[in-house]
Amino acid sequence: MTNVSVTVNGQSREADVEPRTLLVYFLRETLGLTGTNVGCDTSTCGSCTVLVDGESVKSCTMLAAQADGRDVTTIEAMAHGDTMHPIQDAFHRNHGLQCGYCTPGMVMAAASYLQENPTPTEEDVREALEGNLCRCTGYQNIVKSILDAAGSMSGAPETTRA
Amino acid sequence: MIPAAFEYARAESIDHAIELLGGADDAKILAGGHSLLPLMKTRLAQPSLLVDISRIGDLSYVREDGDMVAIGALTRHHDVANSELLQQVAPIVADTASRIGDPQVRHVGTIGGSIAHADPAGDMGTVMVALGAQFAISAAAGATRTVAAGDFFQGLFQADLAANEVLTEIRVPKTSGGWSYLKFNRRAIDWAMVGVAAVQQNGSAAVALTNMGETPLRAAGVEEALAGGADPATASARADEGAAPPSDAFGSAEYRREVSKVLVRRALEETLG
Ligand SMILES: Cc1cc2nc3c(=O)[nH]c(=O)nc-3n(C[C@H](O)[C@H](O)[C@H](O)COP(=O)(O)OP(=O)(O)OC[C@H]3O[C@@H](n4cnc5c(N)ncnc54)[C@H](O)[C@@H]3O)c2cc1C
Ligand code: FES
Ligand code: FES
Repeated sequence: MTNVSVTVNGQSREADVEPRTLLVYFLRETLGLTGTNVGCDTSTCGSCTVLVDGESVKSCTMLAAQADGRDVTTIEAMAHGDTMHPIQDAFHRNHGLQCGYCTPGMVMAAASYLQENPTPTEEDVREALEGNLCRCTGYQNIVKSILDAAGSMSGAPETTRA
Repeated sequence: MIPAAFEYARAESIDHAIELLGGADDAKILAGGHSLLPLMKTRLAQPSLLVDISRIGDLSYVREDGDMVAIGALTRHHDVANSELLQQVAPIVADTASRIGDPQVRHVGTIGGSIAHADPAGDMGTVMVALGAQFAISAAAGATRTVAAGDFFQGLFQADLAANEVLTEIRVPKTSGGWSYLKFNRRAIDWAMVGVAAVQQNGSAAVALTNMGETPLRAAGVEEALAGGADPATASARADEGAAPPSDAFGSAEYRREVSKVLVRRALEETLG
């Protein structure tokens, strides 16, 4: 067993886990935070994306032990009560999801990317989503949602960005 | 998918890592884990001990060192890609790092892990071979040695690196001439089916290939033709001389040979044009 102590969504959480415990299962099974989905389990689809120290990471490809002492943010922390995060709100308004399975990962990948580049072009957004697969939407409305979110988060009028 | 059970130990320093690695015959270093964990999840690798070196404090840096640039082995692809120094004086390294995997992979994977893993489909090894990079390695009892990239890659996933040695630093020469790293794949997320690194240095061009054999390969025929005054179109016809490309689900060996010629021509046009 190895002791893992992580700040998850602002709260410090601690558990003794097997060293082979992957971060995604630590979040889902040890902590009961099931918002983060497992899609491929082979580092490809990005549905398990969470933020570690503010940066997007595929949590199926990281040991919980690697996140020890770090700050992890999952989809559960994005909304405040009934108020959605601007990225979630943009996905809602732009029909950025169909089945919704990829959405938590898409939102977290977008949150990481918009911090790095608050004013992306459409091409930038498409490249930033290289590690996130969606089997439903054809990406069009996901890209639109993220551009919209970038606009509302940086205060620019949405229509000039969508 | 869950890896087979293993013990986990965190190294505080390079010497501590080397000491911990002595704790089991099949111990493995864990850096970013972005090559190792996928292998462990599919149980292609089942080390009984992982020595996590990612918390060793001073192995993540990019700094000038005379006419070279020194890069700490734990520097993540993301930080290599965004290093202003590398963008200015060794742009092929920064550019290649910016195109490894996806943003999530680049936030975790390290340049040292990429090189130590010696995957023939990996991008960074090829660039290192084209640049004539040097690798600093630490071994037991404080011993250190330096290996040239051209000698480091010995076979499929096999490098000149003992099980209890740590790759600590990558040194690349500053370049002022043209350069190009091109990779060919069908989908954005795929690894290079074939890749080509070309660098113009002191009036001559070095060319190396990804996934055209068991290790990154120098395209010696192309370099010889260029030295003899051939133009890119003529020289690139010799791209696959001495290569032994694999046949797999992505393409046959013959197909790769053809692709390598086209990619070498394009890379040379970018580099010399
Ligand atoms: C989805 C995905 C896509 C990818 N796409 C690409 C791509 O397009 N191109 C590409 O080149 N790579 C790609 N990679 C691989 C990526 O670059 C890895 O980050 C890299 O190969 C390994 O680095 P790491 O730090 O994660 O090493 P780890 O996985 O931790 O280690 C890899 C191996 O090297 C050893 N090792 C690590 N560091 C050291 C050291 N300092 N000294 C001695 N031994 C060491 C380990 O013991 C292990 O055997 C991809 C990976 C994933 C998951
Ligand atoms: S579940 Fe992690 S990348 Fe698909
Ligand atoms: S909305 Fe169904 S996978 Fe993306």
